[in-house]
Amino acid sequence: MDAPALRLTGIDKHFGPVHANRSVDLSVAKGSIHGIVGENGAGKSTLMGVVYGYHTADQGSIEVDGKPVRIAAPQDAIAAGIGMVHQHFMLVENFTVLENVLLGAEGGALLAKGRARARAELERLAREYGLSVDLDAKIEDLHVGAQQRVEILKALYRGARILILDEPTAVLTPQEADKLFELLALWRDQGRTVLLITHKLREILAVTDRVTVMRQGAIVATRETAATNREELAELMVGRRVALRVPKGSAAPGAEILRVENLVCADGRKTERLRGVSFAVRAGEIVGIAGVSGNGQSELLEALAGLRPIAGGRILYKGEALPAPGDPARAKQARARAIAHVPEDRHRMGMVVAFPAYETAILGYHDDAELAEGPLLSEARATARCDKLMGQFDVRPADPRLKSGKFSGGNQQKIVLGREIDRDPDLLLVGQPTRGVDIGAIEFIHRRLVELRDRGKAVLLVSCELDEILALADRILTVCDGRIVGEVAAAEADERRIGLMMAGIAA
Amino acid sequence: MEEFAQFLSLLASTVRLSMPLILCALAGLFAERAGVVDIGLEGKMLAAAFAAGSAAAVSGSAWLGLVAAVAVSVVFALIHAFACVTHKGNQVVSGMALNVLAVGLTAVLAFAWFREGGQTPALQGAARFAPLELPFVQTLSGVPVLGPIYARLISGHNALVYLTLAAIPLVSFVVFRTRFGLRLRAVGENPHAVDTAGISVAWLRYRAMLCCGVLCGVAGSYLATAMASAFQREMTAGKGFLALAALIFGKWMPVPTVLACLLFAFADALQGRLQGVALPGIGVVPVQAIQALPYILTVLLLAGFVGKAVAPKASGVPYAKEK
Repeated sequence: MDAPALRLTGIDKHFGPVHANRSVDLSVAKGSIHGIVGENGAGKSTLMGVVYGYHTADQGSIEVDGKPVRIAAPQDAIAAGIGMVHQHFMLVENFTVLENVLLGAEGGALLAKGRARARAELERLAREYGLSVDLDAKIEDLHVGAQQRVEILKALYRGARILILDEPTAVLTPQEADKLFELLALWRDQGRTVLLITHKLREILAVTDRVTVMRQGAIVATRETAATNREELAELMVGRRVALRVPKGSAAPGAEILRVENLVCADGRKTERLRGVSFAVRAGEIVGIAGVSGNGQSELLEALAGLRPIAGGRILYKGEALPAPGDPARAKQARARAIAHVPEDRHRMGMVVAFPAYETAILGYHDDAELAEGPLLSEARATARCDKLMGQFDVRPADPRLKSGKFSGGNQQKIVLGREIDRDPDLLLVGQPTRGVDIGAIEFIHRRLVELRDRGKAVLLVSCELDEILALADRILTVCDGRIVGEVAAAEADERRIGLMMAGIAA
Repeated sequence: MEEFAQFLSLLASTVRLSMPLILCALAGLFAERAGVVDIGLEGKMLAAAFAAGSAAAVSGSAWLGLVAAVAVSVVFALIHAFACVTHKGNQVVSGMALNVLAVGLTAVLAFAWFREGGQTPALQGAARFAPLELPFVQTLSGVPVLGPIYARLISGHNALVYLTLAAIPLVSFVVFRTRFGLRLRAVGENPHAVDTAGISVAWLRYRAMLCCGVLCGVAGSYLATAMASAFQREMTAGKGFLALAALIFGKWMPVPTVLACLLFAFADALQGRLQGVALPGIGVVPVQAIQALPYILTVLLLAGFVGKAVAPKASGVPYAKEK
């Protein structure tokens, strides 16, 4: 048998007090697709960072094709034939595609020659693998799927034989993801080796040959993909049994809470992001908005929460128009009228990372009479409220004075969600509730959303995770390019159909 | 004909006044394109001016003064880089610290070494960069329009002026057509992309700061040994900041930045001429108001006419790997 394409022995890595990798041994067979799964913070990305030379391991050794290599910096990894497609693309936004590929592989002190050679080579690669992208387009003008193709081309141009992909499908439609997987299979058949890091079990089962599960920095199991299943992998990841789909009865929709008519919104560059959207949400139902990110969902949520001026159409809440669109006080008024908002980007809008948890837990509700002590804000009362919230929402560690940013993604989200649900809103706007949240916490958050619905509240859920929409929503609206392109009842929804709608192909 | 001659001499003094701005702005371009906000241009230039003035006074050679100026400015740039690249300190604070250091140190050393009240001795002969006469000035002197333009605007500047004029296309070429330039522009936008492409972010930023130091050094030497004939206390008079403003106005592009420098220099040359002149309808404007002209122009331009200036995205942010 051939030497493994990649063998890691005893990789150990600390970040200050955090033990990110605990003597990890991993062997990846040549010409295979090897999946690595684990929750956020399980150490997958750190491990791959070590392989790619982005981080230096405290201990341990790396072999490529049976030969020991010393990888101290990315150039060593590149020289060893390792390429990486990062989750957050490592692209220079105002450079062209060609310039991005050239960066670090210029082929000479002057650019002209390397430019011509790269162009020819990239055109060949693009043809061979169907990775078409305009070489002279600027990255910032490309949509995320195309940006990912640039990342892949970068790795291929550098002659990568071992390709690491970190959460590659987070930004893709199901169809685009399937296309990517076909490509991975093609590379495997050509003898390349692929390492696929993901938290989506469906993908692991669909494309990998072998899968390794990590938990708390260590490897807990490696399985032949054919001999395992979702439930086993989920249990290995979390360390206990988890429900992948929270149980939920059928909805009992009541009165109409929210009605949106012909809503038009523009972004900062005056590009229309919502082009006439109409829909309604009733009490006691969860309406899911599915779509690839960047198709107007963010603008929709922000407009409804009163954070973004609307350029046309209207928003009716309990039969009344919400006052003065774009008025800075509107977000506050919306809150006062029992509209709660869990923003998509919790670090930017949901919390202040540098604040202690109890301050994050009162953001937006800081002028509640209950928190006041004369003209001042009572720290004691705020802390007490946060304490209660942490108990109810199982936030760990339950320390109101800990900095918000120090909590794990799941616990941060529980604080934000707790803050909003605690007010017993009639309408909850929630964006990406489980982005960067581990499986155990996903289950908890999903239960809470369903519970809110069962109490007769209206929930509008925006998520790019189709699985999440399918698990929670009673009705699913699909957006593409600022328009609603289809509506299906949850019972009739299937991934394929919605995926096609997300791509704007057919309803 | 008289007006034409005056206009020519206005333009010629614009060229002379623009040189330190251009050199400094190009220096800033290297730093900021690499992601280091260089508010310390002023300090580097001042220290360099002092070094040039001192070395030229002692050695009697303007060229040795230039070498000393570049060396001192590079040392300043390296200190800046050490603080904000190696140790990831705040770029603005460390740059400002260098400015303050330069103001104090140059005055103290000048006083201690030369005892002329904080100046360096007046320079003469080879200790200064003298105006050069280009060939054919005599031959062309008879040609109308072109003759005077050649003689008074193009010829008759010192060596550093021609050096600077040559530096402009060179900088443009380096930034846009070379491997170093590509990496430089990338590291100011997204250092993570540079790091993962297998290039050292720190070394790249150090090299950018070296370029910055060299150009600031030439600017300082120009001030003390070409434009003036000695170092004077605080002789940079905010030119480093003006250069920074020109860089923003020029959107971090070499040619527009140079044009912005020329505009500021033109305002400066104009104010020199307007002093004491009675303006139609206004009368004689107080000299202070006239002297403020270039600075007022800066504020107006930056506030109103520059449009949206998009700085290199990672500018001002020390690079740290994400966990």
